[in-house]
Amino acid sequence: MLEQLLFGIEVALNGLMTGVLYALVALGFVLIFKASGVFNYAQGVMALFAALTLVGFQNGQIPFAHLINAVLGTNVHHFGWHLPALLSVVMALASMVLLAVIVERLMLKYLINQEPVILFMATIGLAYFLEGFGDMMWGSEVKKLDIGLPVGPSDSIESFTYDLFGYGFFIDRLDIVAAIVAALLVVTLTVFSQYSKIGRALRAVADDHQAALSVGISLRFIWVVVWSIAGFVALVAGIMWGAKSGVQFSLSLIALKALPVLMLGGFTSIPGAIVGGLIIGVGEKLFDFLLGPIIGGATENWFAYVLALLFLVFRPQGLFGERIIERV
Amino acid sequence: MKFKKMIFAMLIAGFAAPAAMADLFVPWLAYRTGPYSPGGIPVADGFSDYMTLLNERDGGIGGEMIVVEECETAYNTQKGVECYEATKGKGALVYSPLSTGITYQLIPKATADGIPIHSMGYGRTAAADGTVFSHVFNFPAHYWDGASIAVNHILDLNEGDIKGKKIVLVYHNSAYGKEPIATLELLADKYEYELMLVPVDHPGQEQKAQWLQIRREKPDYILMWGWGVMNSVAINEAANIRFPMENFIGVWWSGSEADVLPAADRSNGYKALAINRLGVDYPAMDDMKKYVLDAGLAAGNGDQVGTVLYMRGVYGALLITEAIRVAQKMHGVTDITPEMMRDGLENLVITEELMTELGFPNFGPSFAVTCENHGGEGIGYVQQWNAKDQEWTIISEAIQSEKEIIDKQIADASAAYAEENNIQRRCL
Repeated sequence: MLEQLLFGIEVALNGLMTGVLYALVALGFVLIFKASGVFNYAQGVMALFAALTLVGFQNGQIPFAHLINAVLGTNVHHFGWHLPALLSVVMALASMVLLAVIVERLMLKYLINQEPVILFMATIGLAYFLEGFGDMMWGSEVKKLDIGLPVGPSDSIESFTYDLFGYGFFIDRLDIVAAIVAALLVVTLTVFSQYSKIGRALRAVADDHQAALSVGISLRFIWVVVWSIAGFVALVAGIMWGAKSGVQFSLSLIALKALPVLMLGGFTSIPGAIVGGLIIGVGEKLFDFLLGPIIGGATENWFAYVLALLFLVFRPQGLFGERIIERV
Repeated sequence: MKFKKMIFAMLIAGFAAPAAMADLFVPWLAYRTGPYSPGGIPVADGFSDYMTLLNERDGGIGGEMIVVEECETAYNTQKGVECYEATKGKGALVYSPLSTGITYQLIPKATADGIPIHSMGYGRTAAADGTVFSHVFNFPAHYWDGASIAVNHILDLNEGDIKGKKIVLVYHNSAYGKEPIATLELLADKYEYELMLVPVDHPGQEQKAQWLQIRREKPDYILMWGWGVMNSVAINEAANIRFPMENFIGVWWSGSEADVLPAADRSNGYKALAINRLGVDYPAMDDMKKYVLDAGLAAGNGDQVGTVLYMRGVYGALLITEAIRVAQKMHGVTDITPEMMRDGLENLVITEELMTELGFPNFGPSFAVTCENHGGEGIGYVQQWNAKDQEWTIISEAIQSEKEIIDKQIADASAAYAEENNIQRRCL
């Protein structure tokens, strides 16, 4: 019985860690939605693209090598260098900023004052474009991501809990790093959003495009800023998930894990994304632990959505979302 | 105006005419996009490149050129069915769906249309019974063979006694992943091992709950029926819980380079089943280099050549092209029809002499397809990953599945299918 309880606690702790990873993806959605009212369908693909770009730079891969070889009849694949991890991260981040500028120049600037659904549709198009573009640029084979992050179980936690309870808890060291990074991100983004000039401008733009323009806020600049930050968050999420599974197309599907987190935490709250992620992470793990054996297991995919739907019934704006007030 | 009409007429003619009525038309339901593309690409490349080799080196088969037309399914069952519908009218000789889900959907359609399906090493497993499944072939081995081969390997490691051992099956929660369960349960009754089932939902990016459970259960062996990202995440998680990799055995779809590379050194010693041997040290692969790769005619960019899944694609193409030869010989024509192709598949005999003649000595097992047996002999191998050398090596001799158990299982499952679909048995 005690062992069962301890195992339950271990499952819950790992659920919290997984929840942090879900929250990392959800954060990117929240940032863009908060600042521009756009639900960015491409956020998952941005995580994939960012991770592909990071590995590509690090391994000295020649972008569009397949295309170049097919057109010119050459046989080039690599520059022959292997960049340090930090430099590769910085270069990948610069690429995400460049992507933000391009998205603004070629897509968003034509959609100012359009209905949110139009912007949403545009991000669907962007997602499909980025999927193909990333494949063409870096290839679709599975890539190993190695930037020196710790992997494997934490021995100290295992031995500490074994000494304490006679049961060694398993906690992945990568998950601990992800939790620390997520905490730093949330604090930084919250402070940035609440107290910086640009942060206040972001919120003004989110409330009303035209009103923000009338007081001299450059909508286009704000969009570049917010998509760049979302690109940065996507890069962090891509690194954390990519370190577990390798960088491959499936990374883009992690967006599916972020949707219930957003429904639960609210689309406009940074702390909401974190709390939502934690609730989903713990909830799905405990549900699978308690009821999985009875109903055949593999409950994680649907349970998150059922939980989110329950929240929608009682609190449509999510736990931390802004209350919807429509005046007629 | 006249010019416009002419262009329009040409376009209509182009779209309406069958793609290649005089050629041997072999559609390939590919998935070069989507979450399973890292597996789909090398198989498609190997399949296409072998066909190109025969065209370039031999002028096709019996003087008829082979035309491979890829249709992208993204491993999506609905798209797979659409691809079938879009290509079957072009004179398709045989389909290789490379997906158990698509195969399940195509079995009744293709049977009604008289077009054979070759589901090499995947489901539907019961289709090995040719008396019920007239147009489906899953030689040289199927999932129930795979389950038995894996258990036989574990028996070999334990001097034939696995009573009381705990074996976990981690499986993709789909028609594919569920295929080995019944066989493993039957074998558990026979050998008195304890079987534990752990499903993983698509795509398998997050498996923490499953591996915590496995860690707690402390199994002796883990078997895996996974595909795509599920494989690499599972291998990573197994390493996390410090499970001995040499006791972790995947099916042949869980044993490619893409599955083990993300876990780097920690995947060292991981095992998987194989239905053919590995590598490029075969005379035919020298020809492949000369006539296809160096000539710039490869289907991909050449970086998959020699990988496990590329060679499986080559092997699949080899079996299909040999069946085409059999069909041409049986019917005395080179321009064969799908029904003739079915006959060719049903009378295919692969011997070591033939494999040597084709430039692939000791590459795959010898077997004979018959009217009753569309599944082959059920022979497989075990391969093991060497992380230091970054290569897979075959570590076992050919392992035979337990035919007396599996044949009964196939007979029961196909009888149920026949009754359900009111099918008259053949070959009687």
